[in-house]
Amino acid sequence: MNRRNFLRNTGFAVAGSLFVPAFMKPLEAMALDELSLYKNLVVVQLSGGNDGLNTVVPFGNDIYYQKRRSIAIKPEEVIKLNDMQGLNPNMTALQEIYDQGWMTIINDVGYPNPDRSHFRSMDIWQTGSDSNQFLSTGWIGRYLDSNCQTCKFPYTAIEVDDSLSLALKGQTKKGIALKDPAALFRNTNNPFFKSMIQNEKEHLDEDNLGYLYKTMIETSSSASYIQNTSKIYQSKASYPTSGFANQLKTVSKFISSGLKTRVYYVSLSGFDTHVNQIGQQGNLLKQYSEGMAAFLKDLKSNNKLEDTLVITFSEFGRRVEQNASNGTDHGTANNMFVFGGRLKKQGIFNAAPNLGDLDTGDLKYQLDFRQVYGTILDKWLDVNNADILSKKFNTLDFI
Amino acid sequence: MNAKDNFLKVKHLYNRAGFGISYTDLQKISKKKLSKAVDGLFKTADKDEALALVDSSESKRQLLVQAGLYAKKDLTDEEKKMRQEIVRMQNEVSRDLNIAWVNKMINTDAPLREKMTLFWHGHFACRSNNPMYAQQLNNIQRAHGLGDFRTLLIEVSKSPAMLQYLNNQQNRKGRPNENFARELMELFTLGRGNYTEQDIKESARSFTGWMYDKDGSFIFRQNQHDAGTKTFFGKVGNFQGEHIIDIILEKPQTATFIAQKVYKFFVNDTPNPTYVKELADHFYNSKYDIAELMKKMFSSEWFYNPENVGTKIKSPAEFLVGLSRSFYVTYNKPQVLIQLQSSLGQYLFNPPNVAGWPGGQSWIDSSSLMLRMRIPSLVLNDGEIDFSGKADPEDEAVIALNRTTKQKTVKSYVNAQANWPKFLDTLPKSLSPLELTEFLLQPKLNNKITQMVSDNKGLRSTAVEITSMPEYQLC
Repeated sequence: MNRRNFLRNTGFAVAGSLFVPAFMKPLEAMALDELSLYKNLVVVQLSGGNDGLNTVVPFGNDIYYQKRRSIAIKPEEVIKLNDMQGLNPNMTALQEIYDQGWMTIINDVGYPNPDRSHFRSMDIWQTGSDSNQFLSTGWIGRYLDSNCQTCKFPYTAIEVDDSLSLALKGQTKKGIALKDPAALFRNTNNPFFKSMIQNEKEHLDEDNLGYLYKTMIETSSSASYIQNTSKIYQSKASYPTSGFANQLKTVSKFISSGLKTRVYYVSLSGFDTHVNQIGQQGNLLKQYSEGMAAFLKDLKSNNKLEDTLVITFSEFGRRVEQNASNGTDHGTANNMFVFGGRLKKQGIFNAAPNLGDLDTGDLKYQLDFRQVYGTILDKWLDVNNADILSKKFNTLDFI
Repeated sequence: MNAKDNFLKVKHLYNRAGFGISYTDLQKISKKKLSKAVDGLFKTADKDEALALVDSSESKRQLLVQAGLYAKKDLTDEEKKMRQEIVRMQNEVSRDLNIAWVNKMINTDAPLREKMTLFWHGHFACRSNNPMYAQQLNNIQRAHGLGDFRTLLIEVSKSPAMLQYLNNQQNRKGRPNENFARELMELFTLGRGNYTEQDIKESARSFTGWMYDKDGSFIFRQNQHDAGTKTFFGKVGNFQGEHIIDIILEKPQTATFIAQKVYKFFVNDTPNPTYVKELADHFYNSKYDIAELMKKMFSSEWFYNPENVGTKIKSPAEFLVGLSRSFYVTYNKPQVLIQLQSSLGQYLFNPPNVAGWPGGQSWIDSSSLMLRMRIPSLVLNDGEIDFSGKADPEDEAVIALNRTTKQKTVKSYVNAQANWPKFLDTLPKSLSPLELTEFLLQPKLNNKITQMVSDNKGLRSTAVEITSMPEYQLC
């Protein structure tokens, strides 16, 4: 099939499958040290504003039961972590992870002057801005821009999705979004795409056309690298059947096959539970926990858990008091989860939310989310967080 | 006058001031002097047809019901259902409104007016769950988009969509909310660094009482207004909102800020300070006449300089509208337009924040570029879609309600039709594939592209091939 016939009939994806992938790099060719000692960060985004108080339940606090007459989790159902807090019963899969010391819960993470719009608050979390500041680059994107030792490849950051989040967009460098490495590889190997970037040198200027060609060439070389590196790896672990678990399975495949990617980004959406929260959030937390548990155990069995740090966030928590529809409305501070095999402080990191001291019905934040980012940038990705965030943030000692 | 030269200039003009031009129109218009082409473009813009998709009486009825339900403490199951149903209807109408505007841009014979609307849509960026408010703001931006900037600014500032979005509804005497006042200066007029925090505080007080009523009409509530003395940019008085806007407009910096933004949108990502100053001075001296500003720009020789031709990355809206317009595409399943917008990173009526879409190279990453290069074969040849856009955060509640444990993968087709006979009819019979390529692409052709198309036979296959190239992303 020639270039034009292919364009006449289909989009790239279908036609590309007729072409056999190029040469693959055998596993033996890779030095062992290339396969390890590579610190990875996995960011898990829960979209919609997860209700943190029904996720890590403050069952030891009466105010929680007074404010949530019909949707509170009963004390006997809670998976107790200490005298005050415990996990939602749908999160049993994480109990083992927690007991192993692979999980840290950070309470009350937020920022000053919180915004209750999903879009704006997600924007703030993804860019790392102040609430009255508008940034057009994401915090991971600026990490890529910083051109540090650990971030020099175009495949340094991968989002397992069809499109790229602002979090991974820098000024000059951007992460790669891909749901399926084989599909991206096929698309970049279709004859039309190949012919466009063949011997392409004259366009590699600083102008916009040069930028387009540079993006194509980097996409093509990254797609080959990712496909050829990861396809030799076969996971033995079993994952639950959910879209979210699939994303994590892809990440695990990348990490375990020794991809030199530093940051992975995945998301799970549907947490905007204004109505009949119990069942909906329960389903999602079950998916989340089972996916995460499978992922972490898979990493452990591949000796990668030590090199991996996973964080989970949502754009905001929800109001302390439930609404009239057995749901909760948009709130402010929320808990974050950190997972990994080298956590310095395991378990519950700081005090439980103070339900007796609210700001017009909302939790007050104890820690700025950029302290969490800053800690990761400084201690895990080995850059100075002041170069990435708008100012220096004090680090925390969870890693 | 060099005929070929004029042909290219008119093509450039229509690419930037509109969404491209048909070969027939281009031939006709480029026979005349360039100044006539510019005049002609403004003549088309005389036509101002508002978007009229949203039925305002129905919307007002819903608003009243909603307000009633909101005020009640305990709702019956039926009332809860009614409340959900209103939200569902509003979301549906919001999507229809988006599609109606995209189709308007595709089919309009007033391309400059729609392009200006698109520009102001990004400048006065706003989100509203209420489609009536969203439509009203869009119509304000269309009606005044080439008119008096002061009128535009005041109308936008008084629109329920903006009053709601920037919390002026909560801006009351003694309890000022500074959100609107801050963005008015930072993003709409002066730009960051050209005012003090004190100026924001004082102007916020001046806008207290600017609200909308339960019908969705602007109302100045005297009893919520702080009638005390304010000091704003060194001036002292009992200012109201309009006074603040007038003081802001007295500052030439406002003209500079707008001129620079216009330059970046219509001319080049990198502002040229000399040209921006020319535009700003002219804009200021014309008392903020937007048409004057635009005419000055399109008539300037530098607008047609090589560094400004074929060098700007099309926004997703420009890309989709331009492609659909060129090939007379009909979308039988128009929702696909929303999927494409969100996958490409510009879901109209849903800007990332009040600063609008950052534009330029930020439109392009590996996935968005790959998708752009596939869209022509998807849309023009009705290909299969195997991608999904990100959920809009505002749709999370819907997702939460409809969530099943297993994600289903939906295979779908674009289901669009290009009108090939009509497109081919606009081309001269003798047109070669290479000439078609020169017409469809804005950047100068290089050897490789010339060679690629030199052995092409058909115009139709050439068109699909050309529009799939990275060069087609530029205008």
